[in-house]
Amino acid sequence: MSTQRQQPETESEADSAETETAQERRLDEKRRRAEERERERVEAEERIAADAERYHLKVFRYDPEVEGKQEPRFDDFHVPYEPGMTVLDALIYARDQFDASLTFRHSCRQAICGSDALFVNGRQRLGCQTQLSDLDQPVRIEPLPHQEVVKDLVVDMEHFYDQMEAVEPYFQTTDRPDGELEEQRQSRENREKIKKSTRCIWCGACMSSCNIAAGDNQYLGPAAINKAYRFAMDEREGEDMKQRRLEIVEEEHGVWRCQTQFSCTTVCPKDIPLTEHIQELKREAVKSNLKFW
Amino acid sequence: MYEYDVIVVGAGGAGLRAAIAAQEAGADVAMVTKLHPVRSHTGAAEGGINAALRDGDDWELHAYDTMKGSDYLADAPAAEALTQESPKEAIQLEHWGMAFSREDDGTVSQRPFGGLSFPRTTYAGAETGHHLLHTLYEQVVKRGIEVFDEWYVLNLAVTDEDDPDERTCHGVVAYETATGNVEAFRARDGVILATGGLGQVYDHTTNAVANTGDGVAMAYRAGVPAEDMEMIQFHPTTLPSTGVLISEGVRGEGGILYNDEGERFMFEHGYAKNDGELASRDVVARAELTEVNEGRGIEDEYVHLDMRHLGEERIVDRLENILHLAADFEGVDGLEEPMPVKPGQHYAMGGIETNEYGQTCVDGLYAVGECACASVHGANRLGGNALPELTVFGKRAGTHAAGGETEDPEIPVGKTDDAEPGDVETPVELGEPWTSEAVADGGATAETGEAVVERALERERERVNRLLERDEGTQHAEIRAAVQHTMTENVNVFREEEALKEALVDIHAARQRYRDVYVADPSSTYNTDLIQTIETRNLLDIAEMITVGALAREEFRGAHWRKQYQERRDDEWLKHTMVSWNDGRPELWYKPVVLDGENQTYEPKERSY
Repeated sequence: MSTQRQQPETESEADSAETETAQERRLDEKRRRAEERERERVEAEERIAADAERYHLKVFRYDPEVEGKQEPRFDDFHVPYEPGMTVLDALIYARDQFDASLTFRHSCRQAICGSDALFVNGRQRLGCQTQLSDLDQPVRIEPLPHQEVVKDLVVDMEHFYDQMEAVEPYFQTTDRPDGELEEQRQSRENREKIKKSTRCIWCGACMSSCNIAAGDNQYLGPAAINKAYRFAMDEREGEDMKQRRLEIVEEEHGVWRCQTQFSCTTVCPKDIPLTEHIQELKREAVKSNLKFW
Repeated sequence: MYEYDVIVVGAGGAGLRAAIAAQEAGADVAMVTKLHPVRSHTGAAEGGINAALRDGDDWELHAYDTMKGSDYLADAPAAEALTQESPKEAIQLEHWGMAFSREDDGTVSQRPFGGLSFPRTTYAGAETGHHLLHTLYEQVVKRGIEVFDEWYVLNLAVTDEDDPDERTCHGVVAYETATGNVEAFRARDGVILATGGLGQVYDHTTNAVANTGDGVAMAYRAGVPAEDMEMIQFHPTTLPSTGVLISEGVRGEGGILYNDEGERFMFEHGYAKNDGELASRDVVARAELTEVNEGRGIEDEYVHLDMRHLGEERIVDRLENILHLAADFEGVDGLEEPMPVKPGQHYAMGGIETNEYGQTCVDGLYAVGECACASVHGANRLGGNALPELTVFGKRAGTHAAGGETEDPEIPVGKTDDAEPGDVETPVELGEPWTSEAVADGGATAETGEAVVERALERERERVNRLLERDEGTQHAEIRAAVQHTMTENVNVFREEEALKEALVDIHAARQRYRDVYVADPSSTYNTDLIQTIETRNLLDIAEMITVGALAREEFRGAHWRKQYQERRDDEWLKHTMVSWNDGRPELWYKPVVLDGENQTYEPKERSY
């Protein structure tokens, strides 16, 4: 719209012209403000668009020591995404930038220390090994199920460690070579046979995923049985020791409790065929018992 | 108060081996570790264990390679102890059931590694450290050795004589992570520090988050000198986005490095005309960065490590773990494409000054493994020499602390008559005492060991309470990030005077901010905020020691490259950099390198590969 004006000729005309000018100024100001608001709106939209680059985490919180956290709840965190970012990276960001009290175990961040097994979007995974981009949002992060929660994402691992130690998890043989520089030889085939079982990093994911372990606190569980497998199948320990190991895993809360649900194998971050190992020990146990009958 | 003959702090390879040895020598042993033993960073070691096991090889060749690799900054008695005892220790591990890779005849396999004149690296796939850690822990379980896991050692309990050489260590004070309790541990015979690396002082590192140099910082503040701290190893092959380690085993098996122009630069640009990719680590790390700096890097950041030509069978047999790491952490299929790699902080060659039995100048205080400097690695550690260091010196220290039979050490510790004062111009005053409050020397002079430990306990309880009571200020994460950033920017592979000075200014600023540090989490249950705050305090001292040593050493030796000084200067610098805590400020001094071995003197020669 054109706003061209003529020179005022009379006083009244001059008055009205002045009013018109003031109005004009107000309009200009309004337009300016509108423009500013529009710019703000666009910027806000841009920010929201950028926020879409943020990952939405829903993280389990609980602390028996702090009144406000004694009732378990989920906290939301929005973490800016960078390519290659893992669940652990996101948790570290959330802790360092938003809430220093957010508590979880972690150390090596390369899938070997086994300390950051978590329940992420309904499955046991290592935080450091799980890419955020592989997950649906919001990413739900919880402590391992079926373990007592100590605080936030930290669970009590004592029971898991006790079960690992219940299978006599150390090499035992009476057949040592004489010389201190002489190996007790092992065939390549035999090493290959036990190789996968030796990869266990004690993360506890398998135990947490196992329905049987959840219902039977005394069940040795997949990790401990796999540890027994590692030694029972090692040819260097000899037949007598193998018998002893089979007796341990054959006890009431041992291999026969396994119902072959494969959940341990599914979640193992080191791809250990846990269920297969348990089945193989069942077969070995049957075979060795048959010998005596 | 808990009481044992020997207390081992840290439960990685060195700590576990020390505990086993001490127990075998008759001691009542406890281990105190901030993680659980199987979570220790030894588990991340990939490559292998150097041990002269075969015909055609012997410990003297291994010792020669080690001294040459160190650029003549290792002490010969330590290097010879390492190489003489490594075969026995490697086979001991085999007798404990360790699943080494095998030859057709059932003996353990060995492969070539950088800087070695014989293929003497014994290995278990590309996950040797994982096997070693678990094998040693199994033996600790078998022996029923007591382990206090997730107990963070806050400080040592050391007497307070003016001269550190006259002090005695009587125990440690530790914080139980699960409950927030601070408790004392008295050691009747000795405390062995086996707290591992300090890589968290950098932001691109292969080291675990737990590797914060706690042992070095604690010993330093108790008066033990830190030795050769400027000697930081940068591993040539780490994944660019995370710092995850790609084993030297890849190059040992025949992996090739290429630049963006597809050139095999180690040969084509003359970095190592004989050994190429298998030159020692400092040489390869510098070559890669030079390629990047001269515009031949890929995406201006990294180079390629290619192992495809080795064939799937061999890769899966010997390097399977590498395929998983490349896929999980970089999204690269090592069978189909080359892997991106760049140098990353990997190992601290320096550390707590010890002799070849792990003894420090403080009576009853030992250090072994990466936190210690015996010194076997000098200015550059050979790949495959860290794991035998753990076992050999772990065993020696454990035996010695428990009063077992040993010989007289040849390496002197503490300030002897040979000490030469150091002098360096710094842009700011170092080691401001305000951050030393209540964390200095371990205890007042007291009549009994118990009293020393009680005093230390009291002081640490006060320190923890003070940190928890404050409810505003600066958070550790901010300070830690600032230190990591400046170290990576300014104290990396290539070092220049101005940058080193800038780092000291930044560290000084971080110290000032630490005055206002506070712990946001008030909880006494699993308070990682508190532990990380104390770790960050340790990182400040570590960063400063590294940087001041680097600024002072005006020469080019091993991993220590200085722009203005492009030559090794044996006439002036064939000596160890020592930093001592002097009322809150670092005091720089030097001690001679011991080049005399059992049968020969290792005369410095020009190092070529």
